[in-house]
Amino acid sequence: MKAHGRVFRYGDNVDTDVIIPARYLNSSDPAELATHCMEDIDKDFVKKVQKGDIIVADKNFGCGSSREHAPIAIKAAGVSCVIAETFARIFYRNAINIGLPIIECPEASKGIEAGDEVEVDFDSGMIYNLTRNTQFKGQAFPEFMQKIIAAEGLVNYINNKNN
Amino acid sequence: MGMTMTQKILAAHAGLDSVEAGQLIEARLDLVLGNDITSPVAIHEMDKMKVEGVFDKDKIALVPDHFVPNKDIKSAEHCKCVREFAKRNKITNYFEVGQMGIEHALLPEKGLTVAGDVVIGADSHTCTYGALGAFSTGVGSTDMAAGMATGLAWFKVPSAIKFVLTGKPAKWISGKDIILHIIGMIGVDGALYKSMEFVGDGIQYLSMDDRFTIANMAIEAGGKNGIFPVDNRAVAYMKEHSVKEYKIYEADEDAVYDEEYVIELDKLKPTVAFPHLPENTHTIDEVGDIAIDQVVIGSCTNGRLDDLRIAAKILDGHKVKEGIRTIIIPATQKIYLQAMEEGLLKIFIEAGAVVSTPTCGPCLGGYMGILAEGERCVSTTNRNFVGRMGHVNSEVYLASPAVAAASAITGKISSPEEVM
Repeated sequence: MKAHGRVFRYGDNVDTDVIIPARYLNSSDPAELATHCMEDIDKDFVKKVQKGDIIVADKNFGCGSSREHAPIAIKAAGVSCVIAETFARIFYRNAINIGLPIIECPEASKGIEAGDEVEVDFDSGMIYNLTRNTQFKGQAFPEFMQKIIAAEGLVNYINNKNN
Repeated sequence: MGMTMTQKILAAHAGLDSVEAGQLIEARLDLVLGNDITSPVAIHEMDKMKVEGVFDKDKIALVPDHFVPNKDIKSAEHCKCVREFAKRNKITNYFEVGQMGIEHALLPEKGLTVAGDVVIGADSHTCTYGALGAFSTGVGSTDMAAGMATGLAWFKVPSAIKFVLTGKPAKWISGKDIILHIIGMIGVDGALYKSMEFVGDGIQYLSMDDRFTIANMAIEAGGKNGIFPVDNRAVAYMKEHSVKEYKIYEADEDAVYDEEYVIELDKLKPTVAFPHLPENTHTIDEVGDIAIDQVVIGSCTNGRLDDLRIAAKILDGHKVKEGIRTIIIPATQKIYLQAMEEGLLKIFIEAGAVVSTPTCGPCLGGYMGILAEGERCVSTTNRNFVGRMGHVNSEVYLASPAVAAASAITGKISSPEEVM
């Protein structure tokens, strides 16, 4: 499985309140949430984002509220992968559980700028910056999480297990 | 190798003699929690699972509290979804308006969380119950769905940071000042993926309400959970509120900690977190002149009886400064009633504050106190992120109930000493 797209670049501590502000949490419809994704940190995001694009951030991405609406909004906006130096732990779980690919890689986080064209190979954990002709090795998922990702989320994983 | 308190609880719930940091385990759950924002998503996910209803109707708590009483039609639809799910599955612990409170104040009060439990909740402040010696942690809606369906959750066993609290807290120092001081010291990701284990002789001076406040904000340092040893005060609280059997776990003497910090409670000063991160802390003597527009006293962090008592002590005989909207939100119906019987509500109303029904409302910018562009609020809540309480260009300063009450009187961020 691969992701390929242009990069939106953010800094430290991008919290789930700016990813999807609580004033929109009276909805749980992915398409509606996507129209407000990143609104309080980057008003232009929803205008510019295209299917397959990639978010790259620094440390503690997704901190704060446990709202699963945050990774749901990112995924529904068309983002194919989030790369960060570190993720907040609830966001990390939520992203895996709903099937939004995420990779921790401090080197990639430092070596990728806004607008770069990036490809990610999830099987090998390799991240390629096609604009700058550089490559990085992201942290591989433990086997258990790979199974959840392969099942495209926790719900299918549990269903497969029960069959 | 010895285990931390958290590791011992997790090992017992995974049916293992021992666990170590980094190990992936599947643990049995004693309680699964959700609210009106996270439960509808969880219910939708659960509908996709091939399961026959919930694992145990007595071990699920559904607390509509964020946008309740319903703030608009969409919120009403969410609450209806949760209500109907609760009815369909005969959920024992569904709390309707009139019985509900802010979830993390309500659950311990109802005796649903006790020492030794493993609790997950689709709300990041689920870590609150560590005050009682439980392992409790926030998750998302899909984890909540899986928990409701199977009674199990997977965890990566966390390593831990030890915080040794020593001495008797200085005047005006509450649980809020202690946890803000700690977050200021280690940062908003200082405890990322880790347990925050609080120990030390200083704990004996902390009320249960102080401990709930401290454990509540472990997530604001990135922590997986915060946890306190179970002492006589915790046992007395559980005996008063719960009929559930509790189990006391203690960290091994040779337990390994990634780091250790000593916090001298007698040397702390009232602490305020400036926008836009809880780690941007300043002690009250270095705050300077910061004029405010609003004060909020409430939330799962600071809406308990101790919090209202200290606010009333400061507001008694004073008026809030003209133009300062002061919103006080008792966290549960029981706290509301007690505050009424003790005369606290009368003090608040005579001072010019409003008193609201329990709701998370303003804390997350839902309703009941939204900020306009350029406005500032001193709030006893837990987050001051960009746009958290309203307009993207508004500001939230996090503080204790004592500082918040004093600030309501002066109209700027103030020490209680200025008005007492």
